[in-house]
Amino acid sequence: MGRAVLPVRVDARLLLPVATFVILLGAIFWLQPRTMSYFGLNLMLNLAVPLALATIAQMMFLTINDLDLSIGSFVGLVACITATWLHDRPWLGVLALLGCIAGYAAVGALVQWRQLPSIVVTLGLSFVWLGLAILLLPSPGGNAPDWLASFVGFHMPLVPLPIVACVVIGLFTHVLMMRTSFGVVLRGMGGFSRAVERAGWSALRARMTLYALAGCFGVLSGLALVGLTTSADANIAQRYTLLSVAGSILGGCSFFGGRIAPIGTVIGALTLALASSALTFLHLGADWQVGAQGAILIAVLALRALTGREREA
Amino acid sequence: MPSSCVPLATESSHADRAHSLVRFTEIAKSFGPVRALDGVDLTIEAGECLGLVGHNGAGKSTLINLLTGALAPTSGSMEVAGAPGSVHDPRAARALGIRCVFQELSLCPNLTVAENTRLVHPGLRGWNWSRRAASLIEAALDTVFPGHRIRAGATVASLSLTERQMVEIARAFTTTDIAPRLVILDEPTSSLDASTASQLLAHIGRVTQRGCSVLLVTHMLHEVLESADRIAVMSDGRVVGCDPAGVHDRDSLVALMSGGTHRASVARLAADRRTGSSQVLRATPKGGEPLVANQGEVIGLGGLAGHGQTEFLVDLFSARTMAMVAGDRKRDGVFPLWSIGENISVGAYRKHLRHGLLNLASEEASAEEWRGRMKIRAPDMGNPILSLSGGNQQKALFARALDSDAGIILMDDPMRGVDVQTKQDVYAMIRAQAAAGRTFLWYTTEMDELYECDRVYVFREGRIMAALGPDEITEERVLQASF
Repeated sequence: MGRAVLPVRVDARLLLPVATFVILLGAIFWLQPRTMSYFGLNLMLNLAVPLALATIAQMMFLTINDLDLSIGSFVGLVACITATWLHDRPWLGVLALLGCIAGYAAVGALVQWRQLPSIVVTLGLSFVWLGLAILLLPSPGGNAPDWLASFVGFHMPLVPLPIVACVVIGLFTHVLMMRTSFGVVLRGMGGFSRAVERAGWSALRARMTLYALAGCFGVLSGLALVGLTTSADANIAQRYTLLSVAGSILGGCSFFGGRIAPIGTVIGALTLALASSALTFLHLGADWQVGAQGAILIAVLALRALTGREREA
Repeated sequence: MPSSCVPLATESSHADRAHSLVRFTEIAKSFGPVRALDGVDLTIEAGECLGLVGHNGAGKSTLINLLTGALAPTSGSMEVAGAPGSVHDPRAARALGIRCVFQELSLCPNLTVAENTRLVHPGLRGWNWSRRAASLIEAALDTVFPGHRIRAGATVASLSLTERQMVEIARAFTTTDIAPRLVILDEPTSSLDASTASQLLAHIGRVTQRGCSVLLVTHMLHEVLESADRIAVMSDGRVVGCDPAGVHDRDSLVALMSGGTHRASVARLAADRRTGSSQVLRATPKGGEPLVANQGEVIGLGGLAGHGQTEFLVDLFSARTMAMVAGDRKRDGVFPLWSIGENISVGAYRKHLRHGLLNLASEEASAEEWRGRMKIRAPDMGNPILSLSGGNQQKALFARALDSDAGIILMDDPMRGVDVQTKQDVYAMIRAQAAAGRTFLWYTTEMDELYECDRVYVFREGRIMAALGPDEITEERVLQASF
């Protein structure tokens, strides 16, 4: 196939996230032309990077028809570890972060072994993560490790770092999940697990792998967040939980059937991050912003449901 | 006594034994009290196509599951490719060259055709795996189904059912590291059209010539008669006959399946019934013969599973005059979180309404009454329904239907996986209720239950193929019309 040269096959599912992203970005440029600059884009998009990473973590759960309601608290915990232990005693910090990833894999094993609903397990875990984070950092504070702050704050020539980061995240996860033979088995588990198990693959290993991958991206999200804000708070990323679900669905993932779209997911996360900027530029009062963001979400997801139905027909 | 299915030649000469790819000796498999396989002797020779036929529940699926490593035998010995011992798991089956095309298909709808091919070949990885997978499956499709129009890059969800089955079949014949030595085809033509089905049968001829064995499991008797070298007939967990295909025709196969026994119908109900009772139902499924039911009759719907009986009952159902007893208890029968009593009274809860509120005392009294009438073995009808055994849950579902004032009770193969004692209790209840003037429409896949009916309609492909009166209900007559 001639198109196979491109690592990304153009998918109809990409159309909606790309269109909403372009429309939103155009609206912002029109409202506030000064954003159309290296500095403006950098400022507007850098907080989108941790959200994009958390959304990819959510997508790993969606791959196997699960949902992670703890990702926001988890990113908060990682942020607290990063701003305290990783700053003061780097080896302890690294160990703790690796332990977080192992913990995610263990949760995957538990969900598979006891056949538990992931929503219930992760809802419970969200309080565990939050509690641990508060124990570690009772009040907002801490310091980002210097290397992290300077890496995240690095000024790329010509193209702002957040844009490069998002492209790298999108392409990397696309190749990992959609192009490798390894990703096929993981997605197959979401599509029809019995068939994949009949072919001799272990559902336990697949679920643990996906949960561990989600843990990895959650850790990266927390690191990026602390690098940008230079301090942490246990509640710093609570809203990521629902935004990550909305972002992946907007990006073309489905709740069921192992249908995922890594590039669309990154664009979906960017769109949601831009939506809050757009509302600020509209001079909407802070009281109204949350509600307006919800309205935008409903509108976009309704569009997604409509286009989805057409494809099924 | 289990009859043997070993070709004469191999019994004497030891040298020929090496040619048997699979050898089952006295294989039995029980699920609790149910004996799915009851001493099966069977061989599959290298390079032969063995046909396997039998009625629903004869044990064919269990046999397939033993070969693919999904189940282990309870007793008996199994030998595959000269190595004794059972097939432990799907990987072991693959390593032995055993491939299976499952009737309910095992493709992931969210993956492409090529990606689904990769799933069954652990060796398809590393650089360029997707191109190798694509050319592998395309070559297999070209060989088995020349002229197919399936792209390897197409998502399975976008394919028609026929195309999916074609992919599943072609995938079983692909080779990377281990060449297939035995391909099991379970109802492979159920979604194929006539021309693709004949392409498949031609391909079976080609691969067996190259030394690959095929186990063809099908209800399409003409297909096994055409393509199989030998035909094994199963009935009640045993192989009741295994002969070269040449000695058989359709009638002889059907006679074997019915076990050669000609049990007479027990027309016990018709005798003491008022004659000339009024007709309560007349329906014509799919433009075939009409089905007529009179008041107080027990009407059996027979035929192979999945030939339109359930759909007919669902179409027929109307909540005002009928009640339905579901077959799939777990899926559309019980309310798992409710008590036994609530599960019974929900069917006719209006009876217990007082001023718009439920009268719990009357609900409880009626639950107690049904416990006695149905002999439900529970210490307390307030216990959760899931605390009951499967058979007693089914009794509660019967009670729900009978508790209503519906004149017609539809039953969708409700006695699957129910113990013998419960069945006898329920049969007695049905007889008593029919005598009291209720009409039963009873779809069942078990021959013994058809004997309990006054008349039987046999379904095939959604139509009624035969209407059997009280004196005509025999296993042979039913099977004749089913195939």
